[in-house]
Amino acid sequence: MKLTDKEQAMQAGEFGPACQWAIDHQLQIGRMFDAEDMVEVSQSHMMADPESLGEAGVAFVEGLAKGGAKVAIPMITDPRGVDLSYYEPLGQTEDMANLERRFVAACTQMGIMMTDTCINYQTIMPPVRGDHVAYGDTGVVIYSNSVCGARSNFEGGPSALAAGLTGRTPRDGLHLDRNRRATRRFVVQEQPRDLMEWGVLGATIGRMAGSYWEVPVIEGIDRVPTSDEVKHMGAAMASYGSTPLFHIVGITPECPRIEDVGGDALAVETVSAADTTALAKPFGAQGEKVDVVVFAAPQLSLVEMQQVASLCRGRKISKHTDMMVCTPVQVYGDAARMGYIEAIESFGGKVLTGTCFYQQYAREIGEANGWKRLLSNSTKIVNILGGYGYQPALATMENCVASAEKGEVV
Amino acid sequence: MLDVTLKCHVGIGGKITGKALVADDNFSARYDLNRIEGVFSRPAHKLYGQSYQDVVLVLNTAKGGVATAWMLHEMTSRGIAPKAIVLNSANTILAQGAALAELAMVDRFEDGDVTRLIETGESVTVDPVAGEVVVHRT
Repeated sequence: MKLTDKEQAMQAGEFGPACQWAIDHQLQIGRMFDAEDMVEVSQSHMMADPESLGEAGVAFVEGLAKGGAKVAIPMITDPRGVDLSYYEPLGQTEDMANLERRFVAACTQMGIMMTDTCINYQTIMPPVRGDHVAYGDTGVVIYSNSVCGARSNFEGGPSALAAGLTGRTPRDGLHLDRNRRATRRFVVQEQPRDLMEWGVLGATIGRMAGSYWEVPVIEGIDRVPTSDEVKHMGAAMASYGSTPLFHIVGITPECPRIEDVGGDALAVETVSAADTTALAKPFGAQGEKVDVVVFAAPQLSLVEMQQVASLCRGRKISKHTDMMVCTPVQVYGDAARMGYIEAIESFGGKVLTGTCFYQQYAREIGEANGWKRLLSNSTKIVNILGGYGYQPALATMENCVASAEKGEVV
Repeated sequence: MLDVTLKCHVGIGGKITGKALVADDNFSARYDLNRIEGVFSRPAHKLYGQSYQDVVLVLNTAKGGVATAWMLHEMTSRGIAPKAIVLNSANTILAQGAALAELAMVDRFEDGDVTRLIETGESVTVDPVAGEVVVHRT
């Protein structure tokens, strides 16, 4: 790879051992994906929950901090795994909380801003078109690439940290124009009506596309989706397909016309009502007892908090069911001020701050609380949690709250 | 002994030999594994219930999120990890995870679908620097 003088100095250790580790890590990735050089990035966003990090990961990050590492660009974080104001009731242990505390201390020492959110594009500072960034969390990457027109690969925690330290990333994958052209062309035949259906549509397309290197271009969407709708669509598409970028003709910024992304030359594949129904079918559980209702993945925006709160008012949760709602700290303050937290918690739900359910030692908290049957309106979360010992089911936001009230899936 | 050499793209990590565990399925450490017990735990996965410890995993592609980038390192630190991961197509996350974990990883095979070129139980040597996998057949 062609390196600038500064990058060569980083490689030689002139910027300290952390920066040397970082650029060495990045060069390994760059070589695997045939990058010719590095590109400067304006922001970095790191996914790093303590369950993923483990003792080894936390010790690694502490080592960097101890060596004097400082980030070179604005760097923010994805949801945490432990809400330090509410972990014992969830069945999380002191060891888990201590790992979290140590990690937060190391990050803070390095100058990382603990934003703890996977909806930074709704709450912190959305990137702009053409902005090269190093984002973690697949939902953040797909939204930023597709809806904002920014340029990011999936940067896992170590690589996002490396990008924060060096201020750059290998110029490969979605940093290059040629990899942003459409490779699959989907025509949607049935319009999604709510957040769950936007998620199911995204999941269906993600599963059909099926690879990080495929770029779907989507036709047939007859109105501009809201930020929350396209957030659920993208998060589910990335979850099912490892998809980092999509275009919607006439809606997303790089695709005013289908020919702008080369989609006119591609064979048409239809996404029918039967396709989306087939995707959602394994997640049907009508009439079955529900142990926990979860609103998360992605964290809820203020608008979603308002919607959940208004569904909760004047009702009471079943004594057999729990309800968890995950929202970023940036939203929590407004939601409290507007009475949404009070409405959700009077119903019997619990609002967790700065975390996301599946990143919170999902297996352990499931076992501690006896949660098996889990209900959510997030297609992403029901996809993830099957491997964590849950029996996940999918319903609209309205039916999730109604099911929590009744204690069974309505 | 008949050695068959499969050419692939240059990858991550050092040369390693182990027994292959093969499936035409995808991979995510978060979605698919019980990392405490060292087994595939997602009921829908084709390797459900099987141990991944010390094997050379041969799978199709990456799926899901970014957590695997940390998790491979965490798994390796406890010694409950595969020896190498061989894929038709890696994504950036799996490569990043392999780099931090110092785990061998290769992808993009010249002769087609690697999940059909190697069988479970075969001894294979993965050489990421040379960009090849040698299958040792008897």
